[in-house]
Amino acid sequence: MTVTLTINGAAHRLEVDPSTPLLYVLRGELALNGAKYGCGLGQCGACTVQIDGKAAFSCLTPVSALEGRQIRTVEGLGTAEAPGLLQAAFEAEQAAQCGYCIAGMIMRAQALLDRVAEPDEAQIRAHMQTNLCRCGTHMRILRAIRRAVAMRKEGRKEAQKGTRDAPAGTRQAAAEPVREARP
Amino acid sequence: MTGLPTRGAAAKDATRLSRRGFLAGGALVVSFALAPRAFAQLAGGGEGGAGPAVVAPELAGSLRTTPWLDAWIRIGADGRATVFTGKVELGQGIRTALLQVAAEELDMPPARITLVTADTDRTPDEGLTAGSHSMQDSGTAIRNAAANVRMLLAQEAARGWGVAADTVATGGDGMLRAADGRSLGYGDAAARLSLHVKAVPDAPLRDPAGYRTMGRDLPRIDIPAKLTGGAAYLHDLRLPGMLHARVVRGPSVGTRLREPDVAAVSRMPGVVGIVRRGAFLAVVAEREWTAVQALRHLQRAAYGRDAGTQPQEPLPAGGEGGGAGGGAEGGAEGGGPMSADAIAAALTALPARDIPIMDTRGPTGPAAHSVRARYVRPWISHGSIGPSCAVALFEGGAMTVWTHSQGPFDVHRVVAELVGLPPDKVRAIHAEGAGCYGQNGADDVAADAAVIAMATPGRPIRLQWMREQEFGWEPLGPGMMTQLEAALGADGRIVSWRHEVWSNPHNNRPVGAGGVLAGNEADPPFPVPEGKPIPMPEGDGSRNSNPLYSFANTHVVYHFIKDMPVRVSALRSLGAHLNVFSIESMLDELAAAANIDPLALRLAHMEDQRAREVMQRAADGFGWGSRPKGDGRRGCGMAFARYKNLGAYCAVALEVEVDRETGRVAIRRAVAAVDCGQPASPDGVRNQIEGALVQSFSWTSREGMRFAGDRRAGFDWSSYPILRFGDVPDAVEVLVMDRPGAPFLGTAEAAQGPTAAALANAIADATGIRLRDMPLSADRLKAALGPV
Repeated sequence: MTVTLTINGAAHRLEVDPSTPLLYVLRGELALNGAKYGCGLGQCGACTVQIDGKAAFSCLTPVSALEGRQIRTVEGLGTAEAPGLLQAAFEAEQAAQCGYCIAGMIMRAQALLDRVAEPDEAQIRAHMQTNLCRCGTHMRILRAIRRAVAMRKEGRKEAQKGTRDAPAGTRQAAAEPVREARP
Repeated sequence: MTGLPTRGAAAKDATRLSRRGFLAGGALVVSFALAPRAFAQLAGGGEGGAGPAVVAPELAGSLRTTPWLDAWIRIGADGRATVFTGKVELGQGIRTALLQVAAEELDMPPARITLVTADTDRTPDEGLTAGSHSMQDSGTAIRNAAANVRMLLAQEAARGWGVAADTVATGGDGMLRAADGRSLGYGDAAARLSLHVKAVPDAPLRDPAGYRTMGRDLPRIDIPAKLTGGAAYLHDLRLPGMLHARVVRGPSVGTRLREPDVAAVSRMPGVVGIVRRGAFLAVVAEREWTAVQALRHLQRAAYGRDAGTQPQEPLPAGGEGGGAGGGAEGGAEGGGPMSADAIAAALTALPARDIPIMDTRGPTGPAAHSVRARYVRPWISHGSIGPSCAVALFEGGAMTVWTHSQGPFDVHRVVAELVGLPPDKVRAIHAEGAGCYGQNGADDVAADAAVIAMATPGRPIRLQWMREQEFGWEPLGPGMMTQLEAALGADGRIVSWRHEVWSNPHNNRPVGAGGVLAGNEADPPFPVPEGKPIPMPEGDGSRNSNPLYSFANTHVVYHFIKDMPVRVSALRSLGAHLNVFSIESMLDELAAAANIDPLALRLAHMEDQRAREVMQRAADGFGWGSRPKGDGRRGCGMAFARYKNLGAYCAVALEVEVDRETGRVAIRRAVAAVDCGQPASPDGVRNQIEGALVQSFSWTSREGMRFAGDRRAGFDWSSYPILRFGDVPDAVEVLVMDRPGAPFLGTAEAAQGPTAAALANAIADATGIRLRDMPLSADRLKAALGPV
């Protein structure tokens, strides 16, 4: 069966079994690495993508349900050379160890940032509850999301002042002291 | 090559092809050549595995086994350097750390260095990447090799200029400079000399005061690709003509499917073949989802116990081989968490060999307070987020395996024996996987893929385990028990200390085909090797059972249990998790009995100055002296260990809040101090310790494999729950001690034990309840607290 999927703004006509979960089409047919197989059960979030802006488990969603819907993967946010807001924040915080969960973390966080301008700590933690990390990188992931929120806020202010565009993201090392505190 | 005649004959019909045959070309017959068995006898070193022999004992780190400079460092004509390590990136950041070490001692920009990690055709064999050894082994080797190379480059430049070598300087830019201003690039100097020379032990190291790269927070080189969907993992490897496989097994280790419907699956569109070898069964398809669907169909078959595969011994109570869920707290059917009594009974029912660890028994002073306590840990899953994966290609009579194993050189040996190829026809290349934290399914899946690839010459095979296979078949971290008895004199001095530990071997790393599932499933099977302990000072179940403190009358015994009812192997920190938990819990029990401050009791018994400084640093950072007193809800605890008594020093202090209605424990703040010698990247160290602290909190507070009669009952994230965001600490701070130029001590495992004990100590401080059995779960604490 032919399915047309819109992924990161581009339409793809694919000859594929309609029951195939989106994850396998992303990784197999489209060679996109971001979404990962973690459990196939919607329990870990390693496969998280956005479907019409909402975070979704690509391991559970058959492609037959996705025609006409906007699918966004971590590849759609930016590149290593020109990272998106969250990617830049994760880089600045060095918020990865093995990193297998991280693309899913970023996509889940993106869904929150798309919906809420300035989520507070409790909102962030509750929103991220769905996604598992085994390396224990949680504190850095939370810091990175907070940093992205702050960067965006700063960017808006700067844009309002007309001085410059929103910061595209910084690539400096996480040189500041590693100290956690709930805002 | 010699081998067993039966293996070749058995293997010929072991691989049966579907009626369509493999690939487009139709049927092919695969012959498994005779396999040498000698590998299985190789002695494990360090954390197991089979490292090479020491040939240069006067050198440092892995230069002892590979002393040739060009095995580690090559300088191109363009002045770029290539640095080779036998260690692998596991998400711990070792690639970046080693790059920093090389850049520092070569005195050149890290951006001009390419680092090659373990590849059996290209890099030194440094055994396993385990035991927090990478900085000690490879970091030390690269540090000294780079110093050697810089020295030789300077000598060569000096010779050309006719000046004294010690007048030639480097400036961090890959250039050599004479006092009169003449300069020469590293590439030009290197072109005039051979680096195929042995390292010398005394090449001058750079002065730490002038460090340009080490000790600074270089952003990790692997992270950008991980954030943007780059090809960062073995899982992302796509080779031309690659097929997807799934291996077909029963629900958990020790089971076997009775009559999987192979015929039906062979007819599924897109399925290109079935591979059988003895009890090994796999399905191969053009597309991954087809392979998954075929697997699901085959898994509908009934299953039963299988005496031929691991484990060999039935677990007496509540375990994989045992009766109907005996000892389960949550009912036999669902296979609840094992009770501490059931774990203790299972361990003590097995024959043990007593290994003396430490004995300083002598006359005992009078005891004012004595405490006797048992501490227990269940079997714990590595819980890798990504199920294990491998890619294998058999082509032109040679096998290449891409693996995320911690021991690619062991994978090389295992595969050679398993598929019967001469070792020089097998190559193992490391590519990153999800974090493993010990021996998960990585080695097994690499062997599985190789067996399948033998049956599909010319077509690369990508095999990933399913979630339930990773939980069901990986080796678990062993269940353990300790029994401690200690006494405190009226003067606050510990007058006697006894520590007994019961454990299976933690070192079951495969060094031959018998160490992997596919080997056990062969016909005839390669037998599961007998478990062996790792001798002290590193130890396995005994790791950190010998207190670093100065206690009088110390007696430590390791009851080593050879027979493994549950398939087990290394889990981050091995026995140190429970041993440190036991020692550091006991110290607080004694301190509470005598009303002594826990930090003061520790410092009073610690002579090692660096240990004292780490404890004091954590205490200062935490505000230990002014901490709130336990009030029924809030409480504070601390703990310390030097990993293996020869690695990193780590102290952890926690403040917890207990919800008395649910028993839930929240960590309000955590402070860790760590001394790992000269840190290559302080932020890398902080990342590791933060992660270790959070992971150990998860293990210690809520984890434990469940068993249901004849199988493991934890098979997904709901039957084996781990920590989620809602329960992570509010704040974690890591303080890295500055030790300029000091030898590397490793970092990765140092916080596992201290975190566990600090948690128990903080709960005890908050509630007065001493939890000694892991997991220190909300249910157990609630039961102990009683009605609100």
